[in-house]
Amino acid sequence: MDMEIIHSSRPAIAILVSLIAAFLILLTGERARNLREFWTILASVVKFSVVLSMVPFILEGKVIEYNILSISPGLSVQLKVDALGIIFGLTASFLWIITSFYSIGYVRSLKEHAQTRYFVCFAVALSATIGVAFSANMFTTFLFYEIITVCTFPLVAHKETPEAIRGARKYLTYLLGTSIAFQLLAVFMTYHVAGTLDFRYEGLLNGTRGSATDMILIIIFILYMAGITKAAMMPLHGWLPAAMVAPTPVSALLHAVAVVKTGVFVVVKVVLHIFGINLLTQLGLGTALAYFASFTIIVASVIALTQDNLKRRLAYSTISQLSYVILGVALLTPSGITGSIMHITLHAFGKITLFFTAGAIYVATHKTNVSELDGIGRQMPFTMLAFTLGALSMIGIPPLGGFISKWYLSLGAIEAKQLPILIVLAASTILNACYFMPIVYAAFFREPAPDPHHHGNPGKKIHEAPALMVVPLVLTATAALVLFFWPTFFLEIAGIALQNVTGGH
Amino acid sequence: MMTEHLPAIIIVFPLIMAFLINVAGWWSKKPCFYMALLAVTVSFLASLGILNTVLQSGTISYRFGGWEPPWGIEYLIDHLNAFMLVIVSGITLVTVLYSKKSIEQELPQKVPQFYTLFTLLMMGLLGITITGDAFNLYVLLEIASITGYALIGLGDEKAPLASFNYLIIGTIGACFYLLGVGYLYIMTGTLNMADLAQRLPALYSSNAIMAAFAFFMVGIAIKMAFFPLHVWLPDAYSHAPSTVSAYVASTMTKVGAYVMIRIMFTVFEPSFSIQLHPVTAIFGWVAAAAMMYGCILAVAQNDLKRMLCYIIIAEVGYIVLGVSVANRMGFTGAVLHILNDAFMMACLFMVVGAVYYKTGAKTIVDYRGMFRKMPFTSASFAIGALSVIGVPPTCGFFSKWYLVLGAIDARQWFFAAALLLSSLLSAVVFFRILQHMFFVPVESAHKHGNDEAAGLKRDEAPASMLIPIFITVAGILLLGAFSGRIISTVIQFTVPEGF
Repeated sequence: MDMEIIHSSRPAIAILVSLIAAFLILLTGERARNLREFWTILASVVKFSVVLSMVPFILEGKVIEYNILSISPGLSVQLKVDALGIIFGLTASFLWIITSFYSIGYVRSLKEHAQTRYFVCFAVALSATIGVAFSANMFTTFLFYEIITVCTFPLVAHKETPEAIRGARKYLTYLLGTSIAFQLLAVFMTYHVAGTLDFRYEGLLNGTRGSATDMILIIIFILYMAGITKAAMMPLHGWLPAAMVAPTPVSALLHAVAVVKTGVFVVVKVVLHIFGINLLTQLGLGTALAYFASFTIIVASVIALTQDNLKRRLAYSTISQLSYVILGVALLTPSGITGSIMHITLHAFGKITLFFTAGAIYVATHKTNVSELDGIGRQMPFTMLAFTLGALSMIGIPPLGGFISKWYLSLGAIEAKQLPILIVLAASTILNACYFMPIVYAAFFREPAPDPHHHGNPGKKIHEAPALMVVPLVLTATAALVLFFWPTFFLEIAGIALQNVTGGH
Repeated sequence: MMTEHLPAIIIVFPLIMAFLINVAGWWSKKPCFYMALLAVTVSFLASLGILNTVLQSGTISYRFGGWEPPWGIEYLIDHLNAFMLVIVSGITLVTVLYSKKSIEQELPQKVPQFYTLFTLLMMGLLGITITGDAFNLYVLLEIASITGYALIGLGDEKAPLASFNYLIIGTIGACFYLLGVGYLYIMTGTLNMADLAQRLPALYSSNAIMAAFAFFMVGIAIKMAFFPLHVWLPDAYSHAPSTVSAYVASTMTKVGAYVMIRIMFTVFEPSFSIQLHPVTAIFGWVAAAAMMYGCILAVAQNDLKRMLCYIIIAEVGYIVLGVSVANRMGFTGAVLHILNDAFMMACLFMVVGAVYYKTGAKTIVDYRGMFRKMPFTSASFAIGALSVIGVPPTCGFFSKWYLVLGAIDARQWFFAAALLLSSLLSAVVFFRILQHMFFVPVESAHKHGNDEAAGLKRDEAPASMLIPIFITVAGILLLGAFSGRIISTVIQFTVPEGF
């Protein structure tokens, strides 16, 4: 399959923009806060525009390549933008714009400390996320993967309370520990077996079967899956609920989009571009992975039911939803892969909305638990309406975006003739409804609990979070709705990504 | 021609300057620093010249005083020596820049003595690296060691005892080395390394040669603090003055590793060290143990400098492991790691010295909130730490890359696992400190009212310390990116034949 390659520095610019912004933010500092925030906004808009400017090439079936640095033969920092990467890049960079506004509202309302550090780390994290989206080989991916871990560590520990530091330590232990112990070893072994680390559409290791024993290949696969802990597959999911001590915008963009999606994105890359559909089918590893992901989907949903802290409930929901992406690609069928790619984007819009609302509730009322949310819909109608839309998208009810990916995932399960997987999807939908709908019900239909600190009934008055926070969450909720009616844009790109790996069959 | 005599200048010039510094010190302390700086700069430039010549025209043979080898002393400089010369003299240049303020504070009465010894120590290390004569190497090893003992003894109140311990053990090591040289001389009648390499293969089956080799290895293992013969190092390096710690930590063990490589693969042939006797196989396992031991003991330390000392023991393990897997990848990793580790250790030890200079902090708890007090110094520490852990794009990742691939190529899965495990352990070691440096528990900040009262006012180290630290940080960040080029221009020629 011939593919036209364009050499352009655009992917490198997309990465550099926020890195430069990080320096400017650092230089500006606390003295000129508006200027400092201006850099963040400017960088996010420029970044998204640069990513968007590459879309036409991708739609024409071309790929964009850029070589940053050749270190030694087989080891280089190289960027390649293809359909799969651009979907992730678009999602992350678009949501960064919205999150930036939201962040400003959040940190200013709460008068957070160390705001400069916060915005610097955020910008660097986004640079690295785009780096993962656009990497051309596993080494580049690993490089940016590690940068994300290191520069989000201060964000998780932001509050600097003993609890926050404990959470951050757990975060780091899981992410850095497994990536060094397992993922890096898998990278070494891949290099040892294949002699290169470049992603290939038919699978880098496809064709090494024979020269490497099946045992070695299976070990490499297991090491990858155990090493990409950002995907939060059970039993290595513990860092995600622990990371919920972070400020809410961090949880929203990083732990619903950038960090965790980096995880599942790398899993998708490993499945499709390192092993390849052909090899995984031969080894029977796809089905094994699908059942592993199914386990996570169900168990995480059940745990979510038991959580009273809203953010923790969202965290377990994320763990469960991430495994949808893994499940889809593990089915190794066209619809499954499409569903998986679509879910990266569609889940992002839904989940970020939910986290935004959690943050807005916290800023407006300082409430963090589900049990405290009775009647909050009357006080914060916009926020809770957005929450409802986000929740419906998570459950996968039309007319919300989440339905589309679930539809394709179900089709994928049928194509793969895996009836149990279909049952898992159905059961998980019910579980999703069970842990989201009570919140919606309580918010709108229950009487607010009388507040001992205030006289009168404050619950009747509208008391929303600042507009800088409410507008972003309404926007993302609307996007989750709009994506149901106009998914063609993303479906088209996902179609190209699919064509790449299946060779157009 | 000047360039022809560079191998002599690199040694003789600092030797003369060391004498002159001492003499000048009788009148005034002021010129001492500048004289040492001059000596080191000249040596550094000379080493660059030598490297350049070696890269262009191959191995240089320099006959001291025009005497023919094997009777005279021959300096034989191939890619490995030239590479080591640049590392040692480069690190010396960086540390001598750094030393000014630190020595003025820590050793105000002994400035001339310090610079005399320091210049001599560099001369000794460069001499070990450049010489092609096994006995000459012993002499220079002793010069370096004795000046080292003296410099370490200048440190805090426990330093004399630590230095004395080091002296006893170090002297035993030197004796072992000398015994090895003696046996070889008795058996072959020569001391010139190239000459020895020619005559030895015929005698490989001799017990005396085997004993000589064993003496060499044990002696060198002591000198380079190879586990379990490292016991002198943590005390000696942690009680030494800051500059001395930074210097010896980044150069001495590395020069020891160089001597090991020389003896194993130049004086003896790989066939002797690898096939005839399972030396490398044994060293491999001991090196893996050294990595584990160093990292685990590092976790247990509270004193930061002492913790770094245990990290050195682990790093020595890395280098030996790379050599012992006996293939191209592993050896490349080992030589690359000599370079990277020199920069990493210089960076970390200089940061610790700078923090001590400014705040007197020694233990991990003292480092609390250091990011606010000394942001640049702390950021440098973070980069050095990430490099030791082996996080890309720092240089530490790239040497680990080759080391692990070397282990995999040799089908030594255990070694590959040990390398990764020690990365994990060093992550534990360093993030424990970084966490203290980065975050200040909210309670304590509130208790003191504000940052200033809590002693968190920004108070950076002086530029004369920061600039050398930044040079090493730049090294850590750039060496990784250029590691491919470094390997293709220099390191690939250092790999022994048959690897």
